[in-house]
Amino acid sequence: MTEPVVDMRGISVEFPGVKALQEVDFRLFPGEVHALMGENGAGKSTLIKALTGVHRIAAGEVRYAGERVSFSAPAEAQAAGISTVYQEVNLCGNLTVAENILLGREPRKLGRIDGKAMRARAAELLARIGLHIDPGSVLESHPIAVQQLVAIARAVAVDARVLVLDEPTSSLDADEVAELFRIIRVLRDEGVAVLFVTHFLEQVYEISDRMTVLRNGRLVGEHMTAALSRIDLVSAMLGREMGVLEEIERRSGTPGEPLLVAEGLGRKGSVAPFDLEIRKGEVVGLAGLLGSGRTEVARLLFGADKADSGRLLVDGKQVRLTGPRAAIEAGVAFSSEDRKAEGIVADLSVRDNLILAMQAARGWARPVPRKLADELVAKYIELLDIRPADPDRAVGNLSGGNQQKVLLARWLVTQPKLLILDEPTRGIDVGAKAQIQKVVADLAAEGMAVLFISAELEEVVRVSDRVVVMRDRQKVAELDGEVGVDDVMALIAGGGDHGVDQGVEKAVAS
Amino acid sequence: MITPEVTATATAPGRPRGGLVNVPKRFLPVIATFVVFVATFGVGSVRYEGFASGQVMANLFIDNAFLIVLAVGMTFVILTGGIDLSVGSVVALSTMIAASALQAGWPAWLVVVTVLATGSALGLAMGWVIHRFGVQPFIVTLAGMFLARGLCFVISVESVSIKDPAFRELATGSIELPGGVTITYGVVIALVTVLAAVYVLHLTRFGRTVYAVGGSESSARLMGLATTRVKVGVYVISGFCSALGGLLFSLYMLSGYSLHAVGMELDAIAAVVVGGSLLSGGVGFVIGSVVGVLVLGTIQTLISFEGTLSSWWTKIVIGALLLAFIALQRIIVRRT
Ligand SMILES: Nc1ncnc2c1ncn2[C@@H]1O[C@H](COP(=O)(O)OP(=O)(O)OP(=O)(O)O)[C@@H](O)[C@H]1O
Ligand SMILES: [Mg+2]
Repeated sequence: MTEPVVDMRGISVEFPGVKALQEVDFRLFPGEVHALMGENGAGKSTLIKALTGVHRIAAGEVRYAGERVSFSAPAEAQAAGISTVYQEVNLCGNLTVAENILLGREPRKLGRIDGKAMRARAAELLARIGLHIDPGSVLESHPIAVQQLVAIARAVAVDARVLVLDEPTSSLDADEVAELFRIIRVLRDEGVAVLFVTHFLEQVYEISDRMTVLRNGRLVGEHMTAALSRIDLVSAMLGREMGVLEEIERRSGTPGEPLLVAEGLGRKGSVAPFDLEIRKGEVVGLAGLLGSGRTEVARLLFGADKADSGRLLVDGKQVRLTGPRAAIEAGVAFSSEDRKAEGIVADLSVRDNLILAMQAARGWARPVPRKLADELVAKYIELLDIRPADPDRAVGNLSGGNQQKVLLARWLVTQPKLLILDEPTRGIDVGAKAQIQKVVADLAAEGMAVLFISAELEEVVRVSDRVVVMRDRQKVAELDGEVGVDDVMALIAGGGDHGVDQGVEKAVAS
Repeated sequence: MITPEVTATATAPGRPRGGLVNVPKRFLPVIATFVVFVATFGVGSVRYEGFASGQVMANLFIDNAFLIVLAVGMTFVILTGGIDLSVGSVVALSTMIAASALQAGWPAWLVVVTVLATGSALGLAMGWVIHRFGVQPFIVTLAGMFLARGLCFVISVESVSIKDPAFRELATGSIELPGGVTITYGVVIALVTVLAAVYVLHLTRFGRTVYAVGGSESSARLMGLATTRVKVGVYVISGFCSALGGLLFSLYMLSGYSLHAVGMELDAIAAVVVGGSLLSGGVGFVIGSVVGVLVLGTIQTLISFEGTLSSWWTKIVIGALLLAFIALQRIIVRRT
């Protein structure tokens, strides 16, 4: 066997009050795709950051290409040939797409940046991952999935020996994932070592050759992917057998009154006018490809974008959503897909984040009694299994998946009538994902209406009573909850002829 | 079949929605400032005879050359999301060092080098403390402000006039432009500084990293950019610009005095903000700051033409304008 290109031995990383990693060994070989597996908070991102010099290592040694190294900044690791996409999009939204891809290695002419060459080069790199956007556009004008692709384009733009991808696929659709995997395979065959983190087991089995499993900051084991069954992998990650995925009970009986009715609601350049009804106690799924208009629908219903046609009724009364505030007052909550930009306050503790949301919902005149607050905080920490279960920890110090749970909890405490969830399980591990789906089902059973948006079709179909399919910024179908994933898939993909689906076809699978 | 292509159309911002002019949104604040400038100048031309002359325009530059240089340095700092409160005091310190060194008989070139080196070194020290100990730039530069002002008094409490022939010649010398308009050497120096700053900010890696740090420092670090160099570097640049501004100011006043340029840091910050830069960093242009200075200068000129108005009116108008601009910024930020 060849020498490992990365060899980490006995790595420990400590944060004040937390031992994030304890004596972890990790090897990465050239020409392999290595999956790093573990629950939320297991220490995956920490291990990556220990390798690339973001976090200081308390004990242990790192060998890179046979030599002992200790990088003190990400720039050093990058210069040595380790190219990394960190969890969450870590780019500068105020700069252009081209700059974000090439910053730090721009083409230069006589010492000055050659803007034209830069945009051309960026366009080339974007085309390589199948993304066709204007390289001169400002990054933050693009949805989060596109930003994630741009981050990947940046990482593969250099000839690296090691490519590290920390949950690069969390907001991508099947097609982009396929495209990414194609690139990963090409790089792997060229001898690049790829380290890959994801919570999607299918992806792990599709792309990886070997995997390392972490649990609670400790190494559980290193396995060849082909030799480890899914069941064994999951129990290695959880440290216990995972029960069969609890079938989510379909609520029998008809759902309640219509809570929200949209009639011909639309916005030019964003979503074509659509009708939508969401009843009390009903979970409506919204499926569609990236850029199909699913997030835009949510933004219209929440008043984040203003509709320029149609009307909206909440509880039978017509409302004019002048902005998110009006929507919140009408009882609508929207957990957005971009938690970094608009979700949580990273410097505040879990408790304060929840109290802030509660307070905003109650109005400033009625303070939240301390006891009630503590109870609710404890309840949601338990319900969503936020780890560590410490209400005083700053949210910014939680692992990515646990931050996502806090964001969800923030909206749940406000007890909305309609909860719009955009990618609520993004970056969440298998166990917690099932947990969250169950919470959603329970909330609906208690009478809350939920609009559930996810790139993951299985999930949408599993939790929803009804599935609305979007394509090309139009609503193309509405299916009842008994449909299979394949039916939805077919509708999402469409026949390729865009003219046909003018009217809303009512395709109910039998 | 599904095409593996994503042609994401940006949902909202970035692109103009209809309209005749095709200006990217990020230029809007600068353009707005420019419109305000033209409008104020227009008001002056209509009200007062002789206002709309080339020389009044040139005087705008002559009287504000030092402020333009300060605003340039301040723009760098504000673009990274920092602030530099020391610039006014460094200007005073520079006039003081220049005047007393010249009095002591130092050659002019050595004086210039010393002043520039002192300003840059002070900036370096502040930048290093900000970076190394993670202290708020506000606090560190406030300390720098007291320090520089204190040093002035150590040198002399009295005003020291400059009699050096080389300096005097530079100060009184003028360049005639076509149309009989004259400008001073100070204006030339200021404009060269502006050009250099535009070049550095837009065409060098350092400059782009300034914007990146202002956009998201942690991202910039994870992207492997030289954030330390930039974070410290902008204070060096600001220190250098303050010293250069101080030299121009000593040419303008032909004296060094401990109480020169009191509160000038606020003028510089105001110019930058009026010019459309966001105090939160990452957004803004040097040109905007220059126009910002011109707006402030025009208001001052208007008031002097009015004659009867007290100069306090300048402050009131500047205050109102600042508020209006911050409101405009908020609207733009919220819509993105
Ligand atoms: N900067 C920090 N300060 C304090 N604690 C931290 C910090 N970063 C991570 N931790 C803690 O270290 C542990 C491991 O976190 P890490 O981010 O590595 O998890 P992860 O495996 O990447 O999880 P996820 O799948 O949710 O991304 C967690 O308990 C987290 O709270
Ligand atoms: Mg992580």
